[in-house]
Amino acid sequence: MAISVSMTVNGKAVSAPVEERTLLVHYLRDHLGLTGTHVGCDTSQCGACVVHVDGKSVKSCTVLAVQAQGAPVTTIEGLAKDGKLHPMQEAFRENHGLQCGFCTPGMVMSALDLVKNNPSPSESEIRHHLEGNICRCTGYHNIVKSIAAGAKAMGGR
Amino acid sequence: MAENGIGARVRRKEDARFLVGKSTYTDDINRPGQAHAVFVRSPHAHATIKKVDISKALKAPGVVAVLTGANMLADKVNGLPAGWQIHSKDGSPMNEPPHIPLAPDKARYVGDHIAVVIAETRNQARDAAELVDVSYEPLKAVVNVAEADKGGAPQVHDQAPGNLCYDWHLGDKAAVDAALAKAAHVVKLDLVNNRLVPNAIEPRAGIGEYDAATDRYTLYTSSQNPHVIRLLMGAFVLGIPEHKLRVVSPDVGGGFGSKIFHYAEEAVLTWAAKKVGRPVKWTAERSESFLCDAHGRDHATHVELALDKDHKFTALKVSTKAAMGAYLSTFAPAIPTWLYGTLLAGVYTTPAVYVETKALFTNTSAVDAYRGAGRPEACYLLERVVERAAWQLGIDPVELRRKNVIPASAMPYQTPVALQYDCGDFGKNLNDAAKVVDWAGFAKRREESKKRGQLRGIGISHYIEACGIAPSAVVGALGGRAGLYESAEVRFHPTGSVTVFTGSHPHGQSNETTFAQIVADKLGIPIENVEIVHGDTDRIPFGMGTYGSRSLAVGGSALVKAIDKVIAKGKKIAAHQLEASEADIEFKDGVFRVAGTDKQKAIGEIALSAYVPHNFPHETTEPGLDESAFYDPKNFTFPSGCHIAEVEVDPETGTTKVLRFVAVDDFGNIINPMIVEGQVHGGITQGIGQALTENCVYDAQSGQLLTGSFMDYCMPKADDVPSFEVSTNVVPCTHNPLGVKGCGEAGTIGAAAAVINALLDALKPLGVKEFDMPASPHRVWQAIQNASRKAAD
Ligand code: FES
Ligand code: FES
Repeated sequence: MAISVSMTVNGKAVSAPVEERTLLVHYLRDHLGLTGTHVGCDTSQCGACVVHVDGKSVKSCTVLAVQAQGAPVTTIEGLAKDGKLHPMQEAFRENHGLQCGFCTPGMVMSALDLVKNNPSPSESEIRHHLEGNICRCTGYHNIVKSIAAGAKAMGGR
Repeated sequence: MAENGIGARVRRKEDARFLVGKSTYTDDINRPGQAHAVFVRSPHAHATIKKVDISKALKAPGVVAVLTGANMLADKVNGLPAGWQIHSKDGSPMNEPPHIPLAPDKARYVGDHIAVVIAETRNQARDAAELVDVSYEPLKAVVNVAEADKGGAPQVHDQAPGNLCYDWHLGDKAAVDAALAKAAHVVKLDLVNNRLVPNAIEPRAGIGEYDAATDRYTLYTSSQNPHVIRLLMGAFVLGIPEHKLRVVSPDVGGGFGSKIFHYAEEAVLTWAAKKVGRPVKWTAERSESFLCDAHGRDHATHVELALDKDHKFTALKVSTKAAMGAYLSTFAPAIPTWLYGTLLAGVYTTPAVYVETKALFTNTSAVDAYRGAGRPEACYLLERVVERAAWQLGIDPVELRRKNVIPASAMPYQTPVALQYDCGDFGKNLNDAAKVVDWAGFAKRREESKKRGQLRGIGISHYIEACGIAPSAVVGALGGRAGLYESAEVRFHPTGSVTVFTGSHPHGQSNETTFAQIVADKLGIPIENVEIVHGDTDRIPFGMGTYGSRSLAVGGSALVKAIDKVIAKGKKIAAHQLEASEADIEFKDGVFRVAGTDKQKAIGEIALSAYVPHNFPHETTEPGLDESAFYDPKNFTFPSGCHIAEVEVDPETGTTKVLRFVAVDDFGNIINPMIVEGQVHGGITQGIGQALTENCVYDAQSGQLLTGSFMDYCMPKADDVPSFEVSTNVVPCTHNPLGVKGCGEAGTIGAAAAVINALLDALKPLGVKEFDMPASPHRVWQAIQNASRKAAD
């Protein structure tokens, strides 16, 4: 049976009728056409699907769309403002923190969650924080550098 | 160096879309009217298919069609072909059992494709797939390659007695046996190179489409080589001529080899699209990727190294059993043979090498190229046995390698296993790496670890690889069924911007940036005015795709050839307009100039006049400025390097931590150091992954895949690896126009042996001598317990 699910995605009120079992990630991708959020696994491990719901980072493959009913949701598409990359995105670009780009949206969203709670993370804190995000391309070296640089650009030390 | 030219750390052009969520991977594409496919897969490793009852599924909500192997046979769909034919020792061609995309009579591994359910939505297709009732008669399965040729082992294919695909060899057996017989020392090892799952983070996906009005098919697929898929699927499987088939590989989220091959799903989607008259879309779930993507490695090897009294290597003898899996994947036969045996001289002067490989079918997913493909297996066994020799003879591993290394002065160097290295300074790689890691200071660091109750070890891996594959004539002589050239088209537009169409296919390698740097550098135009187009058989003249670290060495060379043609034509036009002879025109930094004068034309003016040819040498030259080239490499390229790992083992828990990883690599000339470093980091991590965490395991009894998700198959995470210390040692390739060698696979080729050698060095005091990957805490702990039990006996 279809139900109507509404939320605010990247500052815009949206609503779509979906099957009850629809996951948030499919709501974003299939119903809103926001395909920047990716699906890399079916066991909640890769983190390619990370978005922010109510300001908290969430694996959107692991929550139902209805669970985000009424909530503000931010996806990778919502970070750049007026054609200008968010400092964390800019840091990934500057430090070659991405190769194939598939893990990247999740990495950036997860990095922002870290920096929110820890404005100046150390290398080992960054590495530890990324336990829920898998990248097969970069070997993490440049992702770690990117996040450290992004944190700094956002005002950390 | 031009600001954005060759050698500059140019930030990537592709990031503009990747970073804001605007990239287009296959699953991001939706076609009007599309239906969704879900595959019914065998739950048995080996079973006769008695009956496939689709009646219930057909009645389920939203179902459009349910198709089986019987439908495929009725439509005369052929098997998926192998792209390489290997001959056995006795000259007989390999066994090539058919591989119909939907298995009609027998399931041969867990995950084998039995039927496809097509429905309005993915969920409906999934629900209906549960209703397809397949009656199986289960058979005994064989999953372990070491067991597959034993008498009484279950037979995967009736056509392949003893599960033998081929029994191949290379080298001078008599010379090797003679050297072993009179050797002062013989070092022997038995090794398992563990099976791996490539796991690109983007799962494979595809959309098949058929347009009845034009009788044309389109396949969108997450692939590393769309033209090769078009050729294999069109000509061999479905019988569709090339002009009626378009294959598009848009943004691809990593491949590492696993997306080279032509897969069953691609053929099924394309075939089904015509049958149901709608586009049909499928995206693998990660569990399907584990089951059905081609895996890597899976060797069981015995190796013997002969040394004389001065510790010079005199011979190497290698005997390997290599798994092919249930069916032959596209490149599978070539991997444990020509991409493996030919690398067994390594960087050493060993005068005699003999290798034999038995390729065997098993009831598992296919095994094919995975980052490095054959070369990591060669490097691993060579560097393990060399390290063991150093240990056995009580000499410093750096010294032993120095004693046996091929000197730069010996180039070009003919190895005893077919390859001729054109250049390289292997000794320098070794010395530089030893210096960076502070080899001499290691004893002190080991002491410091000991104080903390930790066991520290250091390990070397001194590798060479053959890349830039490959000269077509050589490939053909060795059984390859394709050529391995590459194409490029450089199209100048009237107002001076350039579009390049390349047959290479980036999926993380950053060609959109590096190829644009080459164009900007060679044609003297701003990098912003260059666009690199790839991944569409309707737009690109032809292409052999990206694998074997070939994009730059082969695709980049084709690009340079096309650029040279543009410049040559530009000179004709400039000569006409400047009223000079063509021989007097020089081209530099984007300007054609009459030598020794200030008479000149910018390349943009020449391009414009090529399309508005009012003042133009019409007698000799056609309008337009659009040149294509194909480049067939003259030889393989030979990147080489030395990797040194330092690890610490906690003897209480068996946990192994890589503290440092030093890589000194020779990739020839470098277009963009930032991108090269990134490739090396990623490669090293895949090597460390194999060494420490990754292992693909099938249950020996049931043939079930035990490591079928990221919960059971341990991918390396950010805190499993350190930051890396990488640098390069440039010896330009002698036979391609850019002097480049390729860097995509090096990290993976070198890293695993360095880590395991370091681990064994750390465990030396405890008497651990044997160890097979991966060094998970449990396995290391077990090895420590076994050694201490032995010591106690
Ligand atoms: S797709 Fe959500 S964690 Fe992998
Ligand atoms: S950039 Fe490819 S998975 Fe991270």
